[in-house]
Amino acid sequence: MIEFVRNVRLWFAPEEIREEGGTPDYRFSLANERTFLAWLRTALALIGGGFAVDQFLPDLRWGWRVGLALALLGAGVLCALRAVNHWVRCERAMRRGEDLPVSRFPAALGLVVAVVAIAMVALVLLGWEG
Amino acid sequence: MTPPRAAAERDPGLQPERTRLAWRRTTLTGAVIAVLAVKSALHGGAPPSGIVAAALCTGVWLGLLGLAHRRIGALAAPRPVALAPRAAVTAVLCAVALAVCGVALVL
Repeated sequence: MIEFVRNVRLWFAPEEIREEGGTPDYRFSLANERTFLAWLRTALALIGGGFAVDQFLPDLRWGWRVGLALALLGAGVLCALRAVNHWVRCERAMRRGEDLPVSRFPAALGLVVAVVAIAMVALVLLGWEG
Repeated sequence: MTPPRAAAERDPGLQPERTRLAWRRTTLTGAVIAVLAVKSALHGGAPPSGIVAAALCTGVWLGLLGLAHRRIGALAAPRPVALAPRAAVTAVLCAVALAVCGVALVL
């Protein structure tokens, strides 16, 4: 958590990142940028899922509909914040010549998406009574 | 878009081009979300709050588009500099703003 707060400071202080280590080959930075954008698209897709649940499942009971939509929107926000945090950590690791950071986040996100998908299948199969 | 000045030095892996396309995909995804948000906001007779939310979401998407446009311009340089953290944070804040609009529309 303290590490996360330290990274948040780096989000807004580009010159601090540039002070550390050496500038890596620009192609590595571009690859890191594309990974960041891919995670950002994942976040946007989750947010879109939240909108879709709200709009296209109007017959669902209110609690379920709002709960699923908020879960997807929240997952999207987490995914977006984590995307920029991971990007900063990778950029810094490349400048310092360290190993790239590892993360449990992809596995956790996979589990969350699987649980949401199963919940939606169950809701569709068990009917819509509201 | 200005063509790369040092065509001879171009990266054979086409990394700047791939990064440019990644930005394009991201703006397209943002467009889908903005359309869903506007549709949701104007659902049921377009109340004033819905119009405000729709305008906000459109503005956020235009901001993301402008950010991508500037970055794509920077990527046309022979040796593009790394993405500025401020630009990365702004892109993420655009996504978060869309999600906040979503929460407001759901509740």
